[in-house]
Amino acid sequence: MKQNPSPPRLTLRGISKQYPGCLANDDIHLDIAPAEIHALLGENGAGKSTLMKVIYGLVKPDYGELLWDGLPIEVKDPAHARKLGIGMVFQHFSLFETLTVTENIALALGDDAGELGPLAEKIRSVSEKYGMAINPDREIHTLSVGERQRVEIVRCLVQNIKLLILDEPTSVLTPQEVDTLFVTLRQLAHEGCSILFISHKLNEVKALCHKATVLRAGKVSGECIPAEEDTTSMAKLMVGDDTPISTTYPKKLGSTPLLKISDLNLTSDDPFGVHLKQINLTVNAGEIVGIAGVAGNGQEELLASLSGEQRCQNDTIHFADTPVGKLSPDQRRQWGLAFVPEERLGRGAVPEMSLTENALLTGFLSGLVSKGMVAWHKAEAFADEIIAQYKVKTPGRHAQADSLSGGNLQKFIIGREIMQNPRILIAAHPTWGVDIGAATAIHKALIKLRDQGAAILVVSEDIDELFLISDRIGAICDGALSPIKPTPESSIQELGRMMAGDFNSPTCEQGATP
Amino acid sequence: MDIDLITNILYAMIRTGTPLLIVALGELICEKSGVLNLGQEGMMLMGAVIGFIVTLLSGSLLLGFMLAIIAGVLMSLIFGLITMELSANQVATGLALTIFGTGLSAFIGSDYVGKPIEGLDPIFISGLTDLPIIGRMLFGQDLVVYLSFILFAAAYWFVNYSRPGLVLKAVGENPHAANAIGLPVFKTRYLAIMFGGAMAGLAGGYLSLAYTPLWAENMTAGRGWIALALVVFASWKVGRVLLGAWLFGLASILHLVFQGLGFSVSPNLLAILPYLATVVVLVILSSNQARSRLVAPMSLGNPFYAKG
Repeated sequence: MKQNPSPPRLTLRGISKQYPGCLANDDIHLDIAPAEIHALLGENGAGKSTLMKVIYGLVKPDYGELLWDGLPIEVKDPAHARKLGIGMVFQHFSLFETLTVTENIALALGDDAGELGPLAEKIRSVSEKYGMAINPDREIHTLSVGERQRVEIVRCLVQNIKLLILDEPTSVLTPQEVDTLFVTLRQLAHEGCSILFISHKLNEVKALCHKATVLRAGKVSGECIPAEEDTTSMAKLMVGDDTPISTTYPKKLGSTPLLKISDLNLTSDDPFGVHLKQINLTVNAGEIVGIAGVAGNGQEELLASLSGEQRCQNDTIHFADTPVGKLSPDQRRQWGLAFVPEERLGRGAVPEMSLTENALLTGFLSGLVSKGMVAWHKAEAFADEIIAQYKVKTPGRHAQADSLSGGNLQKFIIGREIMQNPRILIAAHPTWGVDIGAATAIHKALIKLRDQGAAILVVSEDIDELFLISDRIGAICDGALSPIKPTPESSIQELGRMMAGDFNSPTCEQGATP
Repeated sequence: MDIDLITNILYAMIRTGTPLLIVALGELICEKSGVLNLGQEGMMLMGAVIGFIVTLLSGSLLLGFMLAIIAGVLMSLIFGLITMELSANQVATGLALTIFGTGLSAFIGSDYVGKPIEGLDPIFISGLTDLPIIGRMLFGQDLVVYLSFILFAAAYWFVNYSRPGLVLKAVGENPHAANAIGLPVFKTRYLAIMFGGAMAGLAGGYLSLAYTPLWAENMTAGRGWIALALVVFASWKVGRVLLGAWLFGLASILHLVFQGLGFSVSPNLLAILPYLATVVVLVILSSNQARSRLVAPMSLGNPFYAKG
């Protein structure tokens, strides 16, 4: 990217924002030039979200100023931001499910929206121009996650947009969809729009962005040109020097089947749910099987039927030789199942309860209850042990579960399950939202459990993670499971095709992801 | 059954259904914004007592209706302040508002029980009122009934076709997303709550100034609750509120109908019909999960906290 003679599109000078108990942004400086794709890199909790909320007018900074096209400005609220030409695509979509695409976009445009008819035409033409065709008359709840993201982007594009902010846009997409998105973004930048691309995925930043600003613990820890760096050096900027960042684990193949799913069909009661179609899967003792997939393709339903929240026909699920389809979750736990659900607060842990009580919730089977009475000192010792072994950052076992950051709570939940020495562990998104250091610790714990002879099933959207820890790998799409292959024989491209529902094509390599 | 009886039943059905229609329209708009206000009964009673006293003292029905509406709005603002500014639980606050309104209206109105006023007269429209069967029903009513037709049409257009209506639905479905794209969540909810209060006040005034022109303690007799059931019965659709209000109106005069036909059925037994109908509708709605999740405003009853 050449130096542009015109003033930067957006300049941040000394932005600071204090929240109770944490300094989210500390003296942040940032320049984004017109037509530049600028990455904002950082781990969870580094202050990325706060910073973009400042730019979008959702949060007022305590100190510092913003310059827009060289002029100081105070962004009052999101409506003001949109008037300036700032558009934002949220990680959790801000769409209204019962309204149509056109109605959703009309809402965001305010009084400029005009009549719905012409607007729908505009949506159709803009979305086609940027290669993201969507039907303006469909209601949001009928759209896939990828399509919803398109709606969010098109919503920004139908306005006169000068700066597009995307918050972790690729986390919900298949590798192929990511490529399509990047083509769109490059086209936009080519037309002069600035793009602020928030991510922690280094290879994507390297492939797409002209410049990067790295945040760590609320401060700018470095700036770089991603094309000239390698991912390790950028990762060092993100996590600091002392954290080990990557490693590889030896792959193993187990022998004795411990978890067996045969011909599992399940009709979902949820209108937005997915029906499971003829699922067959075996997980052996001493191996990790990874299931990739874009959210909402049947993972929830599959996990619920394995955990016992959703009962199914008795002989469709076996733990070793025991049919368990009709058993309740705690009967399955008694057999030796441990389960790490996707939602930490609400299913993995009770938000208002202390860590001790939460430890008790699934640990009650391993001697924390005697003669119907809770052995509190044992439960407390158990909680302390989890906190110490898994380096959970918390004031103590009395802390409420919802006072912990997502990553710390996840370490606690994983620790709670693993320390009960399960024979089968099922984990959904084990490191979602967890920083690199903690993720490495969780991966090591999973590998250790595997080596002790447990059968482990990991469902995740993070493909890199699955390739790192899985011994065999496959994908789920629209309720159907792909064939499961030994990881070394698979590839990201092949897995991507499987995530898109193409299970049969030969494993030919074609156009590697940039 | 003779023509006269049918004409009278239809006339009474609309007349009885009118206060229900008015309150239910207010509650529906309020619930569309995601706010569940169970204080209808209390707001209606305050509208009824204030409207009655003002008319008795001033002799002006117009002034009475206006102050009835204002009383309803003020009551709803109490609800608004507590649930919006202090983020209190909507259900508990609404129930408290009903209890408060019941007590306060009885206290204010204790000296005026049984005093007579000149109620609202029907307005006949020449030519139309004399039509057989539907003439009296649609064109032989008083001004507030005609107003309720207009309110219904306006609410129908507002919710289904106007941009502010779209904002209302968006706020009721997902206030956080609405806030993120810059929609005024607080303002929308306040206006919806106030509209609910105004309608409850008007309906209360209608009861004490037109329907039975006198004040009696607790004279709304559960109509606020019926209206709440009515919104569910209508599955949050404006069009069905009209149908439901008139049906519920019919149900509450059924004992007169039966008397006219020579049966005698306890009016208490017949009074359960609206609730029974509501339960049946609820069962039908929830039998299909796909439908049930999409009918009610998704964040109904959830407080909204502005972040940052």
